[in-house]
Amino acid sequence: MHLSEAAASFALVGNPNTGKTTLFNALTGLSHRVGNYPGVTVERLEGDLKLGGRTVSLIDLPGTYSLAARSQDEAIAVDVMLGQHAGELSVKAILAILDANNIKRNLYLLSQLMELGHPLVVALNMSDVARRHGIEIDAAALSQRLGIPVIPTSSDRGEGVDEVRRALGEALENRGSHPARGAQLPQELVRQVDALQAYLLSEEATLKRKVAWAEALRILVDVEGEFEKRLLRELGVAFLGRLAAFRRDVESERPLHALEAVARYGWIDEIADACVRRPSEMARTKTDRIDGFFTHRVWGTLALLLILGGIFQAIYSWSAPLMEAIDGFFGVVAGQVSSLIPPGPLQSLIVDGVIRGAGAVVIFLPQILVLVFFIALLEDCGYMARAAFLADKLFVRLGLSGRSVIPLLSSFACAVPGIMAARAIDSRRNRLATILVAPLMSCSARLPVYVLLIGAFVPGRSLLGGWLGLQGLVLLLAHLIGITVAIPVLLIVKKTVLRGPNSPFVMELPPYRVPVLRNVLSRLIDQSRAFLVNAGTVIFSVSVVIWALSYFPHPASIHQDFEAQRAAQGSPAERLLLDQQEASAYLSQSVLGRFGQVVEPVVEPLGWDWRIGMAVVGSFAAREIVIATLGTIFSVGSDVDEGSETLLGVIKSATWPDGRKLFNLPVALSLIVFFALCCQCVATLAVMKRETASWRWPAYTFAYMTVLAYLAAMATYQLGMRLVA
Amino acid sequence: MTTLDSLGPSHRGRIKTVHGSHAISQRLMEMGLIEGSTIEVIRLAPLGDPMQVSIHDYNLSLRKSEAALVEVERCT
Ligand SMILES: Nc1nc2c(ncn2[C@@H]2O[C@H](COP(=O)(O)OP(=O)(O)O)[C@@H](O)[C@H]2O)c(=O)[nH]1
Repeated sequence: MHLSEAAASFALVGNPNTGKTTLFNALTGLSHRVGNYPGVTVERLEGDLKLGGRTVSLIDLPGTYSLAARSQDEAIAVDVMLGQHAGELSVKAILAILDANNIKRNLYLLSQLMELGHPLVVALNMSDVARRHGIEIDAAALSQRLGIPVIPTSSDRGEGVDEVRRALGEALENRGSHPARGAQLPQELVRQVDALQAYLLSEEATLKRKVAWAEALRILVDVEGEFEKRLLRELGVAFLGRLAAFRRDVESERPLHALEAVARYGWIDEIADACVRRPSEMARTKTDRIDGFFTHRVWGTLALLLILGGIFQAIYSWSAPLMEAIDGFFGVVAGQVSSLIPPGPLQSLIVDGVIRGAGAVVIFLPQILVLVFFIALLEDCGYMARAAFLADKLFVRLGLSGRSVIPLLSSFACAVPGIMAARAIDSRRNRLATILVAPLMSCSARLPVYVLLIGAFVPGRSLLGGWLGLQGLVLLLAHLIGITVAIPVLLIVKKTVLRGPNSPFVMELPPYRVPVLRNVLSRLIDQSRAFLVNAGTVIFSVSVVIWALSYFPHPASIHQDFEAQRAAQGSPAERLLLDQQEASAYLSQSVLGRFGQVVEPVVEPLGWDWRIGMAVVGSFAAREIVIATLGTIFSVGSDVDEGSETLLGVIKSATWPDGRKLFNLPVALSLIVFFALCCQCVATLAVMKRETASWRWPAYTFAYMTVLAYLAAMATYQLGMRLVA
Repeated sequence: MTTLDSLGPSHRGRIKTVHGSHAISQRLMEMGLIEGSTIEVIRLAPLGDPMQVSIHDYNLSLRKSEAALVEVERCT
């Protein structure tokens, strides 16, 4: 009887779209843990696998077509399997999943996996579909040729899953069947890999690790690949000359990578000829028929627009009632708590700090849930690749690919789910570029600010014979600023921090399939949890800090002053006014208020006084807070919204100390421009940190957007004042 | 020299060589674009690029600029 073998872990590897997630869920239930590999943007998924009496962990590696790695992200899978990823258990066996319908391309990866020196088990998935299509695969013959157990599975209905489990148990038990290395490769290549490995083993002292055969192969073959780069970092660039000599010595009329690919596909053809029988003329499949519609010039385009419109509408409006409910709920809780705790620092901390901070986190859940739901659905059924296919041409010139369409579109509702959606972008550089510009898309949280300012200061004139109102036009322009600015930003980013060759758009268009509810649900749970735990902590902490900055020092003298005045006043209306003035006095005496006063010269070129500046800084915890802060500082209470007549009234009549009107059209426009371009949103930055696993990208984004917003707002104000004058 | 991007929808070709930088030609070959394989153009995206092709019993999308690296021989 074995004890739970904590030190054992298995890796699940396969091409994308083979049903890997479904098999993983079928093997581990919903017991998995999600994390990140340190230093890269790859998500790490691990679950418990029960094999008879013991539990081992199963690591779900990112789907891939080949072990050749062109970035650190792509190198993760190889490192984990070779046991050279810091902080990872060493992998004891590999479960490879192949799509039975597409056996040739799937065998390519398997032929590379066979060189890792681990026991292997093959799950031949989608067997049900293959049967339906009349594809016959002789699993026994395949197994014999490969020297690996091959188990036909249909993981969506659980067929074959128990057999896979049993085979994995046996693989762990006898640990035999180490497949031969490089049996599919030409002799001269194998010899040269042997020689390189021998040399690298002699350098073990410098490298502080034993280079495996499979890694030596990647170093030799992948010119300028990730493993070459890493080795040059370890041994110094001088090693490049030696490596070139190793490469030259393989004599062939083909480049090395072609030598590898041609040899493997030659081996694959032999195996497929012996073990697979396909109907000579494949009937037009369901996928072909569906594709005829969804990628059709007219219908396909219309369908894409409808689907994108539907998703946008869903995030924008379906989540609204839920968000209001959440808002209402936290309001009620705050009310209850206020009546339980006497007024004072403690009450304020709990109501305005803790409860509002928690609200600021939870409020994002509806939009995240809606978007993640749609994305999981579209990805599972195979449409996501079609959307990218249809939209690609629009994005090529920006250095992106069609895969950015959903993340960027979603960001018009809210950048938080939009940034999370960028996971579907396979190229690291495109993903980061998309994340960097996502907050420029005008999100729904900016809308109240626009509405307030436009309603108050833009004249309600109608243009084009009543077809368009001036106010509507300004609102439209406010939404267009971000996109317009995003274009040059992308071009610059792709030439500087994220420079490199435009990544290829060689993308599989997988067969259409009916989505599995369990996959969708598990995605919803994982992503919400990741948001709440990682981003939520940051958002919450920042909310509490901002509360503290706008609360302390809260001098008692103000209170005494106002108590005296209140005693002298009779009517409730006058008392209310005094209460509001008291709140305003506290705020202007607070750290945040004083900070605003100190930095007033900085915001003056934008036409703002310290009160506007402070409200903008204070809105970092959540954009819409700017309105509540303005309400407080202008003594109409924090319980105001963009439609509030009293707030409109006071900001219209607010003045500078010398009596000039504070707000006018140029000031309103400068604020709108600032909000359109700035990244005053801790949630966006926190999610960026979580998705890129580094503070570097949120820091870049905050810096470039704040600078842009400042300059553009200043230009708007200065130009506006010239024009008005 | 005929390249994949010059084939129209429903036309087939037999792959002769894959040109281009190391990274891109390696990627194409790993996906099965190997000399001797038959490839069929299914359709172009509505905006004229990228193209959808069928190879080794699956569907692949690639940009015309990438298809231009694939030298083919027309099949009739
Ligand atoms: N018919 C059938 N569909 C499957 C099977 N395994 C997975 N699927 C479906 O294939 C789609 C993609 O599966 P998923 O596990 O997300 O693939 P991954 O991209 O490899 O992780 C989903 O819609 C699954 O329901 C199977 O064995 N048979």
